[in-house]
Amino acid sequence: MNILSLFVIIPVVMMVLLFLENSKKAIRATMATGSSLMVILAFYIAYSFLTQRQAGADAAYLFTASQVWYQGFLNINYSVGIDGISVAMLLLSSIVVMTGSFASFAIEDQTKEYYLWFLMLSIGVFGFFISINLFTMVLFYEVALIPMYLLIGHWGTGPKEYAAMKLTLMLMGGSAFLMVGVFGIYFHSAAPGQPYTFEVQEIAKNLSLYMPINMQHVFFALTFIGFGVLGAMFPFHTWSPDGHASAPTAVSMLHAGVLMKLGGYGCFRVAMCLMPQASDDLAWVFIILTGTSVFYGAYSACVQNDLKYINAYSSVSHCGMVLFALLMMNKTAMTGAFLQMLSHGLMTALFFCLIGSIYGRTHTRDIRLMGGMMKIMPVLGVCYVIAGLASLGLPGLSGFVAEMNIFVGSFEHPDMFHRVFTILACTSIVITAVYILRVVGKMLFGPVQDPHHLTLTDAVWWEKVAAFGLIISIAIIGLYPLWISNMIGNSLDAIVKLF
Amino acid sequence: MDYSQFLVMQHEVSLAGVLILLLLSDLILGEKSKRCFQPLAILIFALHTIYGFYLGCETLPSSNTAFAGMYLTSNIHMFLKNILDFGTLIVFFLSYEWNQTTNKENIAEFYLLTISTLFGMYLMISAGDFLLFYLGLETASIPMATLVALDKKKKVSAEAGAKYILTAAFSSGVMLFGISLIYGSCGGSLYFADVANNFAGEKFQVMAMIFFMAGLCFKISLVPFHLWTADTYEGAPTPVSAYLSVMSKGAAAFAFMCILWKAFSCSSAPEISESWKNIIWWIIVITITVGNIFAIRQNNLKRFLAFSSISQAGYIMLGVIAGTDNGMGSMIYYILVYLFTNLAAFGVISDIENQTGKVNRDDYNGLYSTNPRLAVVMMLAMFSLGGIPPFAGFFSKFFIFAAAAEQGEYLLVFLALANTIISLFYYLLVVKAMFINHSDTPIVTIKSDKMSLLALTVCTIGVVVLGFISPLYESIIHWSFGI
Repeated sequence: MNILSLFVIIPVVMMVLLFLENSKKAIRATMATGSSLMVILAFYIAYSFLTQRQAGADAAYLFTASQVWYQGFLNINYSVGIDGISVAMLLLSSIVVMTGSFASFAIEDQTKEYYLWFLMLSIGVFGFFISINLFTMVLFYEVALIPMYLLIGHWGTGPKEYAAMKLTLMLMGGSAFLMVGVFGIYFHSAAPGQPYTFEVQEIAKNLSLYMPINMQHVFFALTFIGFGVLGAMFPFHTWSPDGHASAPTAVSMLHAGVLMKLGGYGCFRVAMCLMPQASDDLAWVFIILTGTSVFYGAYSACVQNDLKYINAYSSVSHCGMVLFALLMMNKTAMTGAFLQMLSHGLMTALFFCLIGSIYGRTHTRDIRLMGGMMKIMPVLGVCYVIAGLASLGLPGLSGFVAEMNIFVGSFEHPDMFHRVFTILACTSIVITAVYILRVVGKMLFGPVQDPHHLTLTDAVWWEKVAAFGLIISIAIIGLYPLWISNMIGNSLDAIVKLF
Repeated sequence: MDYSQFLVMQHEVSLAGVLILLLLSDLILGEKSKRCFQPLAILIFALHTIYGFYLGCETLPSSNTAFAGMYLTSNIHMFLKNILDFGTLIVFFLSYEWNQTTNKENIAEFYLLTISTLFGMYLMISAGDFLLFYLGLETASIPMATLVALDKKKKVSAEAGAKYILTAAFSSGVMLFGISLIYGSCGGSLYFADVANNFAGEKFQVMAMIFFMAGLCFKISLVPFHLWTADTYEGAPTPVSAYLSVMSKGAAAFAFMCILWKAFSCSSAPEISESWKNIIWWIIVITITVGNIFAIRQNNLKRFLAFSSISQAGYIMLGVIAGTDNGMGSMIYYILVYLFTNLAAFGVISDIENQTGKVNRDDYNGLYSTNPRLAVVMMLAMFSLGGIPPFAGFFSKFFIFAAAAEQGEYLLVFLALANTIISLFYYLLVVKAMFINHSDTPIVTIKSDKMSLLALTVCTIGVVVLGFISPLYESIIHWSFGI
């Protein structure tokens, strides 16, 4: 058995165990051990990936394994494999899943069902990142979507049912675009008469030979939009603020932290890598859309008063930045894009984790009704400031590394169009500082608005585990980014030549 | 006459044997031993099902005909008949409790009529000419009307039966008119092969074909011939609705496909099949959309499933438009998955209706807190109907869309996929009612009888594992044929 399949098997085993357990203690123990095991596994994989690369293994994907599933009309394999980019994504996912499990310890209502759905979500996420077969990618992608409905609809807050339905339907709508694209790709993946394939590597070799360029344009647009919906690309981002605002803490963490990265990763892996010519031709359309996401999201965040809405719009802006950088199609910007995925994933997870903790105490997320939190709950307050600083790109934290790469890379394009959009996107950094500091100033340092808040307590142990885990990861990327940016960059070398 | 021809149709002979045996045993069994009838009927039918599977295991020659080509059979025909047998068996299990309580006086009628309709479907599937096909269709339709009206104490049931028989009679009249025109314009023969040789796609012939299609569209309840569906499903006893929604639809869709391919296409002149492909294209789009949009507004779950089954029929027809062996295989796989899924949904509804009389979606609020198992089964059925992985519905949808996409029907596939989003909305409404909504008066905890428990377990296992069993789909594809 392939070691990568453990990423799917461990959650499945955990689901079975949870199904058999009834006491809350046992459920918590299972979640804590299982998710920590995944973090260890992810780091082990990263370590052995790097050692194998150093030892000279230069295949595009390592740890590959393939198992025939369907044959004949549809040739479907369960194929797994990872390159540097997937390793980074696996690290991110496992950390967020672990911290998310700890952050969900506060859930009292139907704990078992909650964790079952939570694990199904993580199966989808992990499965997607280890797949190198289009069919299983789509399969895991949709597996990750549907638990969101019940997680938000049942355990959420506010207009949760509306938000859950909106989110599910919009993302499924995206997958409708995606599916048509996948069919188009599949039926052009080999010479007529030859057996078609869903294998990403095979398709990458064949597609440009057997698919006429005007069809490539259509299917590139379809797949890019399909994944772009999940990456909160303007104008398909509207599910994101409502969904994030209504979701329970850990679900917001996982969703903004990992699931939205599925969108960017998919845009890159499926739309761009398979149809490089078309992505060259159509990049301008999507640069306009993603550029709009970047500054539109940032401006919207400035006028929100709900903490979760602020971070949801900030996610739109940052995820727009990811897609924007991918479309620049050079090594520096793309490395930045993946670093931004990591950095944004960790720091948004941290934000939502802290907001969940604060909301659990104050029962309000309106920043106008809160103040002086730094005095009342210093640990949470300090963590919030750190998250904010990472978000606005302070050197030494992960956000700076990512944004630096992105803007240096985008500025490499000398033409007017790219310059204008790069500068527009750059302005978002300033605006980010505005909305982050506004929250910090009002909520953490302002005068206490509500005397009841003075009685509130600070973080409990599991909240500390979740928050500190994320902060440490952010600091590691910020202080020592080279190993991870090299890992990503090396995998990009071969791909960048395509464009 | 060469009586050895009956050996070719062993499956039908076996079913006819079951029918006669049950008829006789109903006569012979006295009042006291009446309660034995139901187990006996299920047992005999189960034996027939097993025999059918045994027959289906042999590899038949590709053109196995009897009575000068009136009757055809092959592995794929066998397979579909076996699916129908299996589905009928599940329906029998589901209806066990209902027969014991509500339908006490008509137990024998229920079994006999159901098996007669099944016999009609067999003939429809295996028909090699229009005459046998028409006989099969009528044998499947007329007892069905009686089944729909079986609940004699309920007005809605009688109303549903009347609606069904009137529209069925009207549509089969239209169809018969079409067949007579085809007979006249295609060289005076009713054999599919002869019609295919003489069918040149002239306007008159196309008109005849459309009249013929109207009749079949009624059976599959494709828009605009769907108006009977909701009322009939709502009024009919729930096991009958379940039977109607899966078996009747599956058999008719397969027969429709065979006739379109065998009688109205010619492999050397593909432009002929273009004449109906356009019509089918529009029918699919309208059927899926109308079914979905009307399903959103339904509160009664039986009506809701009726409209959902209309849109599912549209998806089934995607296999027809492809016109390839992959299309046929995907369609049969779709029917198989749909059988498990829809029977699971109807099984839950039937259980709850039997014991509490509640069929509205609002009544299902908070079902998970009182009946977690039924709620989970219903949820799996809804997810599978909506095409959510890793449940079987995702695979069947993916395959049938792929079959259509293979022929370049990308726009159609896109419209169908966009429609799955609408359908997901109303399937999720049911899930929401059960898992998210709260109710002050939830449905009391129900203890299902053993038979329906067994049926629901089988269906649930089917929904969960069917997608992972790839040899099943591969062998269907291997047996199927195209234009």
